[in-house]
Amino acid sequence: MSAPTHLETDILIVGAGGAGMYAAVAAARGGARALLVDKSLISRGGSTIMAQMTVAVAVGEEEPDHWTHHLADTLKAGRGLCNGELAAALCREAPDRIREMDRWNVGWARGENGRMRQVMAPGHQLQRCVYVDFLNTGPAVAKTLRTQVAQGDNISRVSGLAILDVVVRDGRVTGAVGMNMEDGAPVTIAAKAVILAGGGLTRLYARNSASVNMNGDSYAMALRAGADLIDMEFPQFFPIGHLAPRLVGMDPIMWDPFRYKLGGRLLNGDMDEFIENYGESDSGKYTAMRDVTSYAIWKELEAGRGSPAGGAYLSFEHIPENQLRAAFGPVIDRLADNGIDLTRRPVEVAPIAHYHMGGVRVDARMRTRVSGLYAAGEAVGGANGANRLSGNAISEAFVFGERAGRFAAEDLSGLRADWGAADAAPILDELAALKSRARPVDQHRDATSGKLWRELQELMWNDVGLLRTGDKLARALDRIQAMRRDDLAALQPPGDAAFNMEILDWYDLRAGLLVAETIAMAAINRRESRGAHQREDLPNQDPEFEKNQTVTLDGETPVLGWMDVVRARRELSPVEAAQ
Amino acid sequence: MPETVTIKVQRGAEGEILHTEAFDVPYCQGMSALDALMWIRANIDSSLAIRYSCINANACKECMMRIDGRTQYACTARLGTGGATIEPLPNKRLIRDVVTDIVPPKETLGNLLGGIK
Repeated sequence: MSAPTHLETDILIVGAGGAGMYAAVAAARGGARALLVDKSLISRGGSTIMAQMTVAVAVGEEEPDHWTHHLADTLKAGRGLCNGELAAALCREAPDRIREMDRWNVGWARGENGRMRQVMAPGHQLQRCVYVDFLNTGPAVAKTLRTQVAQGDNISRVSGLAILDVVVRDGRVTGAVGMNMEDGAPVTIAAKAVILAGGGLTRLYARNSASVNMNGDSYAMALRAGADLIDMEFPQFFPIGHLAPRLVGMDPIMWDPFRYKLGGRLLNGDMDEFIENYGESDSGKYTAMRDVTSYAIWKELEAGRGSPAGGAYLSFEHIPENQLRAAFGPVIDRLADNGIDLTRRPVEVAPIAHYHMGGVRVDARMRTRVSGLYAAGEAVGGANGANRLSGNAISEAFVFGERAGRFAAEDLSGLRADWGAADAAPILDELAALKSRARPVDQHRDATSGKLWRELQELMWNDVGLLRTGDKLARALDRIQAMRRDDLAALQPPGDAAFNMEILDWYDLRAGLLVAETIAMAAINRRESRGAHQREDLPNQDPEFEKNQTVTLDGETPVLGWMDVVRARRELSPVEAAQ
Repeated sequence: MPETVTIKVQRGAEGEILHTEAFDVPYCQGMSALDALMWIRANIDSSLAIRYSCINANACKECMMRIDGRTQYACTARLGTGGATIEPLPNKRLIRDVVTDIVPPKETLGNLLGGIK
């Protein structure tokens, strides 16, 4: 075999969504060479571009606000489990990032007075969320950062390069190994630092709202490199994902912005409001937090009070058409193309896997416990505790991305370029072995990786999803472990083929199954209900469990541990902080 | 409403003999061409090469292909009861099946290596 293509950089950034692109800009600004790669296309894959509307930030344009108020709301939503240092960094620096994006002409919506518009979102005490009309926050943000990346002299970027593993020697990162999607060829990359910015894990669930590449890559790569994870039992379910009628060309999260702007009424199958029965109020306004609303919809469904397609109704029938048009302009026409007229009929909505609160454990400089390995964006665990506030995900992508890039660049003087081809050999050998056990590309009448993916998604949705029991979790864990051990090993993807999605499926499944195992294990071990982790057999929140769960990898086996919650050093009052 | 529709897909890579393969796919009203291609990958043939990321939102703009002779995004092209014929973009270099080279030139490995591409 000829030597693989070899690249060199100071900082390799894996994943080119909001966090990865911001990291590249910040790394270059800090004087480092950055290589930004994505297995999809730069800025197009990932979750950032899917963002419909809200970005939470205490810029105080709509009404007086301060980042410590934002922090207080974030900590409250997190049900006691937020890493206070990360949450404080997120809230303190979000205004800088949002104003920087403004200078880069992202186009935040503004009122006639020239001030940024900010809307109220569930769990926030103030009108705090900026956005780009109409439902265009994600595309606008992605385009703005793509332009900044393209203008950075020290930034190289490669689309269609899937990173398979980080290369580590003696507890220190030396680079990574990837595969070029177009021809399947291996690529080695020497780097002094690696920033994992590959997003979350929502692809593990049958009903999800994210792009296809969110299969837990960053978590799995971090684990295999020797870093640890935190809060893996807390994937977030967005309560009102679109369910019916079938809608194309729109993200299933789209009803979120409709509720921000217009309120709307959430009704069960009997056309009754029900959130009040679960301890929150929601009538006509959008105030109930995500964990409670998801739980309430599921419970109504279980009680036989669901909508026909298996969810709840969301009604805007009481809102005049001119008001709908003023708020959403051309989106109303896109709905009409789908046969939806909000003035005449309610739509059906249901919970959908949306985000992961858990992830790679980092310190306030975004460093993992492996020297030279950083994480950014949704890949980071801890900032949002057991339940994320609306609007914190894009803020987190910007803030953690910028911090990871800035700190990695600062740390470079203490990191050595120490690439050794021998360290990459096991990863390259694994890829070669996978290809050599391959079947010919034209013998394909068995949907191998596709079937395994579907089974995993159904299993996670049914048994490791929104409402959990010890029995269901244990059953799921058994099957996940068998899939990791037996089914994955039996897959025979075609060997050398252009755009070989089955080889990528194998790596995606390897990551997804490992991460699924950590979620099931952590969910079994957390013997209480809290935030997004709801155990029907253990329905109460227990103060004993106000601590974080960690995961490390021993050989191939995930190992759980507990740690005390990192609290913010001291939460300053707004008056103190302003001084 | 038919139970299944036939989806004809162009198969083969750059430099190979190209052929058309037909798949019967369960039909439900309102489904998109991408729904059908994803169903084929999940249930019949995982080796089918398609390029997509955001699945349903028409945000990533990666799934552009030729559907019944018209260039469209597969995620917003609704399937009729007569099925569809799906081909790669005619004006882009073919990679395999319905995947073409739509990567911006400055984002390719070849560009980074200074090679010709």
